[in-house]
Amino acid sequence: MVNAVYLHIPFCDYICHYCDFNKVFMQGQPVVEYLEHMDIEMERTLERFPTSGVTTIFVGGGTPTALNEQQLEQFLQSVSNRFLPYGENDLEFTMEANPGSVTPRKLEIMKKYGVNRLSIGAQAFQDSLLKRLGRGHNVDEIGDIVTMAKQAGFENLSLDLMFGLPEQKVEQLSESIERAVSLGITHISSYSLQVEKKTVFYNQWRKGELPLPTEEAEAEMYSELINRLEAHGLKQYEISNFALPGYESQHNITYWKNNEYYGIGAGAHSYVNGVRRANAGPLKQYMTRIDEHGFPYMEENELTKVEMMEEEMFMGLRMRKGVSKQTFEEKYGDSVESVFGEQIEKLVSKELLKDTGTHIALTEQGFFLGNEVFQEFLAV
Amino acid sequence: MNRDQKLERQSRIRNFSIIAHIDHGKSTLADRILEKTGALTDREMKDQTLDAMDLERERGITIKLNSVQLTYTAKDGEEYIFHLIDTPGHVDFTYEVSRSLAACEGALLIIDAAQGIEAQTLANVYLALDNDLEILPVINKIDLPSAEPERVAQEVEDVIGLDTSDAVLASAKNGIGIEEILEQIVEKVPAPQGDPEGPLQALIFDSLYDPYRGVVAYIRITEGSVKVGEKIRMMATGKEFEVTELGVFTPKPVAKKELSVGDVGFLTAAIKNVGDSRVGDTITSVKNSADKPLPGYRRMNPMVYCGLYPVDSAEYNDLREALERLELNDSSLQYEAETSQALGFGFRCGFLGLLHMEIIQERIEREFNIDLITTAPSVIYQVKLTDGEEKIIDNPALMPDAQTITEVQEPFVKATIMAPNDYVGPIMELCQGKRGDFIDMQYLDETRVNIVYHIPLSEIVYDFFDQLKSSTKGYASFDYEMMGYKPSNLVKMDILLNGETIDALSIIVHRDFAYERGKDITETLKDLIPRQQFEVPVQASIGQKVVARSTIKAIRKNVLAKCYGGDISRKRKLLEKQKEGKKRMKTVGKVEVPQEAFMAVLRQDNTKKN
Repeated sequence: MVNAVYLHIPFCDYICHYCDFNKVFMQGQPVVEYLEHMDIEMERTLERFPTSGVTTIFVGGGTPTALNEQQLEQFLQSVSNRFLPYGENDLEFTMEANPGSVTPRKLEIMKKYGVNRLSIGAQAFQDSLLKRLGRGHNVDEIGDIVTMAKQAGFENLSLDLMFGLPEQKVEQLSESIERAVSLGITHISSYSLQVEKKTVFYNQWRKGELPLPTEEAEAEMYSELINRLEAHGLKQYEISNFALPGYESQHNITYWKNNEYYGIGAGAHSYVNGVRRANAGPLKQYMTRIDEHGFPYMEENELTKVEMMEEEMFMGLRMRKGVSKQTFEEKYGDSVESVFGEQIEKLVSKELLKDTGTHIALTEQGFFLGNEVFQEFLAV
Repeated sequence: MNRDQKLERQSRIRNFSIIAHIDHGKSTLADRILEKTGALTDREMKDQTLDAMDLERERGITIKLNSVQLTYTAKDGEEYIFHLIDTPGHVDFTYEVSRSLAACEGALLIIDAAQGIEAQTLANVYLALDNDLEILPVINKIDLPSAEPERVAQEVEDVIGLDTSDAVLASAKNGIGIEEILEQIVEKVPAPQGDPEGPLQALIFDSLYDPYRGVVAYIRITEGSVKVGEKIRMMATGKEFEVTELGVFTPKPVAKKELSVGDVGFLTAAIKNVGDSRVGDTITSVKNSADKPLPGYRRMNPMVYCGLYPVDSAEYNDLREALERLELNDSSLQYEAETSQALGFGFRCGFLGLLHMEIIQERIEREFNIDLITTAPSVIYQVKLTDGEEKIIDNPALMPDAQTITEVQEPFVKATIMAPNDYVGPIMELCQGKRGDFIDMQYLDETRVNIVYHIPLSEIVYDFFDQLKSSTKGYASFDYEMMGYKPSNLVKMDILLNGETIDALSIIVHRDFAYERGKDITETLKDLIPRQQFEVPVQASIGQKVVARSTIKAIRKNVLAKCYGGDISRKRKLLEKQKEGKKRMKTVGKVEVPQEAFMAVLRQDNTKKN
């Protein structure tokens, strides 16, 4: 059964230099029409794949807060109409929010429709770095959005911080962590920069104009991140995620536990009844497909049991707790050792994995070399 | 046909080749000639018909020879039979070039009106002169804005000593001068000599293997004639066969009952092995045998050796089959099984030169779909041991202990380099750095020089071509010929990864250059071998003595710390890509080594410059 919902708002007021997600400049886009199509997709999805109850909703982008107040109201009204009737008591309803694009009124609307968690795109606390990233906000605006959010009654706040940025120093990361924590937040997601194709950074990198930190410096930053946040009580519960106890993102845990989720909106991905689907990304295509075919799917891939088990491992191992042996056996009918015994043994001997008795989990070193571990579980 | 008819026909045959430097327009001109003689109706065939293999087309060079029969009605009203014999355009195939020239009475010498004579052209002109060919100079690409036909004509006179007063000014691209070329072929190239009823002598100038017909020999009849059903003998090997098929290419193969003096075509005789139909050998009739073969036959010996290993050791047998198949078509390819501690089971293969080696590697990877690890190429060393024994070493890993060696000899070449005189400095510096001995320098005209060096072949085999190209911005041309062996102060250098000697990486170097090369190789390997979970020292040693060292740092971070939303397939693809990369590596001891690393010795100086 599906209990998680991802919704994608692909609009942005500016495009960040590293971003390769599905997004478009807001100006001149058929926003209202798009939101109407999302509404149709929600309705049809629930009809076709009923839910037993919704426990998490996550609105990502793009920049969901780039919607104006009216559009935001239209969108959240449709989400709450469609999904809240199934909402569980402890529903986690997250929306991504960007500094500079939020007003007290927008926060009021979010609150009204049940949003109870904000994921704030802070990224760094140095104006020079924010500029380099092509972010359309400054450091002061990060403080402002947190203050506004608290005034509006939001207490579950997550901040995104990036590391491994061009010309970024370890000290700058430390400063960012300290300033983030001092704002009184409950959760931090911290991603290292990946230079992806079709981004400004990729072009700079090709021209040799992107001075990225060395692998050593990046490892040092990652280590700094883990240690400093831990000292502030924010525990690393996944490779890139840190939380005060009880504030772990339930929505993201859905992914890592390899559980199913709906994906609504242009370019959104879903995993329902053992089938992974990708929606068409371009707005026009997304809407045309809904109009003509009922659903916007561009790719559908029914997973084999082997693929499911592989994903169970390479997603599950991202969590500090690791993969539960019992859950694995319940899901697939075979013990994790009987399926992946050889790989586990090899990785344990390399001190990248450990067997805690109940779980298979990454070691401290394994966290730094996750990909070396995950690859082993793929039957390429 | 009776004898007189044959003689009359013979007087209307013209056999010729085209000599040209790469890019000087040989293939385009060949196409124009084919068009003019009606062999090709417009774009009946792909552009540049003579270069048949994909690989040839891509590289713009001809590897395998081809011959075409054309009919041309000249201004005198007579119909002439032309045989255009193509020649490979690379120094590795000099012997094949000399044999295909030996099948002709004339040659078109194509020279680019903007670039002038190049070393390669010169080498082939001398081959043509050795074979007493009538040479018709053609100055091509006169349509280029930078064309200087007068200067280039003067250069041909000065450098080669050819009379250029009748040289054709042409543009093969625009179809200018083609008629004139064809008329000159009729007028100036002598008709074949010989008696159609004499004892058969047919020169094999190429052969290839056809799975249905066996070996197809490309032949030129020099004396007598041959008929289908006739018993023939290969004069070098003594093997006898019965002719099953004769024919000519137009360029499509057309069967004939008989080929007579002057004819150029193909012959099949249920020959199973290309080795029985060797380039340069003479075919004669069993009944009416020639006393002696045509001059010039020699067995071609490989000059360069390297180890070829399958990345996936399960593909060893596939690799053997691939080599067997390629050998059918290429009697100069040699191989024998060998074992490397680092790489497992593979083959030591011998090639005519570097290009030949690259072509074979590429064909194995492309046509047979086998991922290869190639060790650095080696020449053949002659080693004298203290006990008086002499050894031939084609694999550096097998070089005996230094204490047991009294002398090592290595092959030298005479290298001829032509370039604008602005580059004399860099060229001499390069040759000096490659242990070259300066022999001679001549000014061809005010702007161009011809420089001659004696250089060890092993240095040419390394990155000489690339370095020459980069230090002369591509303006230099280069040719070499073998000179024989000379003693050198050579030592074996081992490469150790994580303290273990990797036999496949051992090389033989001159003692004076050992430190430099050791440093380059260890640095290159450091950059090529991905970081492992532990620190890996890379050492170069001579005997027990480490002469250079670098360190591959331990991997510190490789984890996808990025949010892809619910896009799990993307994560999967990324991981799969990383894993695929690993599969192309060979685990040596505990270290994962990528394919390129085994060629690292070739990359030495390049990496610094780029």
